[in-house]
Amino acid sequence: MIERLTEHRGLDSFDIRYVSLIVAILAIGVLSIYSVTQGQHNGLTPYYLKQLMWIGLGAAAFLVMWASDYHQLARFAYPAYVFILLMLVFVLFEGRTSKGAQRWVALGPFGFQPSEFAKLILIMVLAHYYSKAPRVGWLQRVIVPGLLVLPGLLLILRQPDLGSGLSFVAIYAAMLLMVGVRSQAIGFILLFGIMLFPFAWEGVWGSLHDYQRQRIMAFVDPGYDPGGKGYHALQSRIAIGSGQLLGKGLYGGTQSQLKFLPEGHTDFVFAVFAEEWGFLGVLVLLGLFVGLIWLSLEIASKAKDQLGALLAAGIVAMLCFCVVINIGMTAGMFPIVGIPLPLVSYGGSATIMTMASLGLLLNVKRKRLSLFY
Amino acid sequence: MVSTNYPETEFGDLHRRLFGLRVGLLLVVGLLGLRLWHLQILEGPYYRDLSENNRTRQVLLEPARGLIYDRNGILLANNVSSFSLYVTLEDVKDREVLIQQLTGLLGLDPTLVRKKLAVKGSKLLPRKIKDRMTLRDATLIESHRLDMPGVMIQVESQRNYPGGLIAAHILGYVGEVSGDQLEKPEFIDLHQGSIVGQYGIEKSYDRHMRGMAGQKNVEVDAVGHEKKAAVVEKPQAGNDLYLTIDVRLQKLAEDLLGGEQGAIVALDPTNGDILAMASRPAFDPNILSRELTAKQWVEIVQDEGRPLNNRASQGQYPPGSTFKIPMAVAALETKTMSPSSTVHCTGGYQFGKRLYRDWKVGGHGYVDLHEALVHSCDVYFYSIGQRMGIDVIADFGKDFGLGRATGVELPSERAGIMPSPAWKQKVKHESWLPGETISAAIGQGFVTVTPLQMASMIGTVANDGVNYRPRLVQAVMDRATGNLQELPAVPRGKINAKPETFRIIKEALADVVTKGTATRAKSSIVTIGGKTGTAQVAALRQGPEENIPKKFRDHAWFVAFAPVDSPRIAVAVLGEHMGHGGAAAAPLAKEVIEAYMKLASQSPVVTSGLPAVSRHDERFLTES
Repeated sequence: MIERLTEHRGLDSFDIRYVSLIVAILAIGVLSIYSVTQGQHNGLTPYYLKQLMWIGLGAAAFLVMWASDYHQLARFAYPAYVFILLMLVFVLFEGRTSKGAQRWVALGPFGFQPSEFAKLILIMVLAHYYSKAPRVGWLQRVIVPGLLVLPGLLLILRQPDLGSGLSFVAIYAAMLLMVGVRSQAIGFILLFGIMLFPFAWEGVWGSLHDYQRQRIMAFVDPGYDPGGKGYHALQSRIAIGSGQLLGKGLYGGTQSQLKFLPEGHTDFVFAVFAEEWGFLGVLVLLGLFVGLIWLSLEIASKAKDQLGALLAAGIVAMLCFCVVINIGMTAGMFPIVGIPLPLVSYGGSATIMTMASLGLLLNVKRKRLSLFY
Repeated sequence: MVSTNYPETEFGDLHRRLFGLRVGLLLVVGLLGLRLWHLQILEGPYYRDLSENNRTRQVLLEPARGLIYDRNGILLANNVSSFSLYVTLEDVKDREVLIQQLTGLLGLDPTLVRKKLAVKGSKLLPRKIKDRMTLRDATLIESHRLDMPGVMIQVESQRNYPGGLIAAHILGYVGEVSGDQLEKPEFIDLHQGSIVGQYGIEKSYDRHMRGMAGQKNVEVDAVGHEKKAAVVEKPQAGNDLYLTIDVRLQKLAEDLLGGEQGAIVALDPTNGDILAMASRPAFDPNILSRELTAKQWVEIVQDEGRPLNNRASQGQYPPGSTFKIPMAVAALETKTMSPSSTVHCTGGYQFGKRLYRDWKVGGHGYVDLHEALVHSCDVYFYSIGQRMGIDVIADFGKDFGLGRATGVELPSERAGIMPSPAWKQKVKHESWLPGETISAAIGQGFVTVTPLQMASMIGTVANDGVNYRPRLVQAVMDRATGNLQELPAVPRGKINAKPETFRIIKEALADVVTKGTATRAKSSIVTIGGKTGTAQVAALRQGPEENIPKKFRDHAWFVAFAPVDSPRIAVAVLGEHMGHGGAAAAPLAKEVIEAYMKLASQSPVVTSGLPAVSRHDERFLTES
């Protein structure tokens, strides 16, 4: 046993399969962003170059997380959470408005989205909370952590940022599931409820009248779909569907190239990819995500302690949630909520946060192999 | 296994749960894949269609309207690109700010812009604020377009008449097809906004010049900006027309009329080709081919000079003494008079209780037909008119084309009136009075004619009774095949009269110019035959001409042909309220005839078909 562990010391934990999958998904993202924004010469740095820069920063965050010790990091979970809550309050008053919601904090020339980082910090807070002591009873297991989640959730919903809010709920539910509640079924139902929501949604949502849907959407997420009448959803479905088996080829996506599809480089980047690369491309991308999540789950299950396992499980759950919800929403199975596709969508905060999370995951694996704890 | 401070069972459960998560993951991803398979494979073709429709728009390509040239290939009407400024109110944020910007950039009148924007109608409909912008202004607006939402510059094909007012009544003008027109079968292949001829040759030859609209499929982006275009069907340009007019002669005729109201028609008696057809006052077809405001339109229509009226083909005037020409033919042909038989003119003709006066106080003495024409003796014609009777007069008048439309290729040609008892009964429900025959004999009373009819009449005399339909279009260039189709002259028949009759009358008409009432038409370079006429406007005339208000003065007529031996041009001049034909009209006819003879000697091409001028020659006429 010890022999086997020593073989895997040091850089060996830098799992080449894992990193390859990440790089492949990032490459698909950059390619799609490049395709959809090419020709947009507005005098600024092209989006794909900016995304490459974010990836560079994300890689740095990844390495820092990988090289550090998650036990040490977890100690700073509470102060970090307080800090991010303050940022979320700040953003409500001073934030930059984009699409009717205030989500951004100006940071030099760039915008910084505290709600993205809040997700990772929340994972750390909950993992830290559950691993500190054996939390027993409903109060300690469910209510107290629920109260920890609540201020962040409310502040994010206030922006309003429905996507990040749902992510918060998903992370909380995933954590509950991992530590186990008295009736584990509740946790499973909750988690699968969220994951299966898109499929159930079609039944409920589809039975509503247009004006009812619009009212609900206007209530839940005002300003996201300013054109109304489900324009985004329809254009996204047309983009994906018209890609057919082989796609229209790079730059060939008329839906995205001609800007029928809004947000082609951010939330709807999957539709751009699906339009240009078709169902085969989609299968490849889904395969890459499944591979990445599979390996992450393996890390979680082999974590050497509760903290590591919970951190890994939380990160995997968040990743799963974002991938499923984003693809589900672009494919028209789910109302449009602003959740980017991890590692693919353009965006600094999300890219850096996701890569940092994956670095932390790998750190969990590295620490498992470390003899001298 | 490294120890933890947790119960083994719980940590072990975690593995079990993670396994559940894996199963869930595969399930959910499987469902996603299924959904995408459904979208892309099963419904893929449907969405592919939707995406094609999304990006393509069918756009009509307006055809280029046929060009119009004169007989020498000088361009009279073409199409130019013009920039128009449109404002869509829906997109305008602050109207006053926009007005300030526009007036600042283009120097427009702010009240005018305000007024144009205030016109009622859909806010989505772009309103035209300015047309015929200079390239500089259009670029200026384009460069500021982002600061002025709702403003757009449209390139439009604009009908252009380089000569301005020259030949305005012949050419006519164009305009958008009206709702009423669209319902008619001849406009079946047109659509709202199509440009069609609304007057003149533009109207009567519209089907030739209109062309066929094409179609292109345009790939547009989400905000409608054109990205790529594929032409599905090319527009078919309209056919070009070659007119019979010589624009140099046309311009001269118009200048001769100057500020007076009247008409001059010159035609080639041997084939009916109209060489010039001037009508004054005129209009600028460039202005009428644009979108006029209601006020502009009312101004033009209510203009007392009635500039839209083509006096040459639509003006109906009593022919006065020019009518003595068909009268003379009738007298000889019916053998009412022999060339040598005379009438004694004492200055008046007693019929019943009424004395019909001669224009010459004291009379002309004994006159034969020759002298009666040369000196325009009224009593001679009163006498023969009464002897022949109105039906004979009307028959001969109609033979010369009076009282019926010539059939020239212009819309709304008027026929004039060649009266007869039957006509009077039908129109006025009254019986014919014998005295009316006497008035008709000298071209007064009910008789009215158009200058075009009179030109055709004198041309028929000059051509010894052979008559051609007056025409304006001599050839059509088919743009599709490149063929030039020359239109043949259209014979209208021959007056059944002896050549001797025409010889006698032409001799008399030549003497009218050399020693009769029209000596002011005498030319040093060509022999001219003609006849003066003075059409009474007011029955009561007292005192010298100068004391009579202009609008009650007589119309001056002169009809002429030249050269007398082998006539090549026939001219009719009508000057409204210009007084005596011999004094006012005859000199104008002389000028036209002399100019034509000079032009004919300069460029022999004039009478021999079409010149070899490039179809795209864009020589512009200059106002001198």
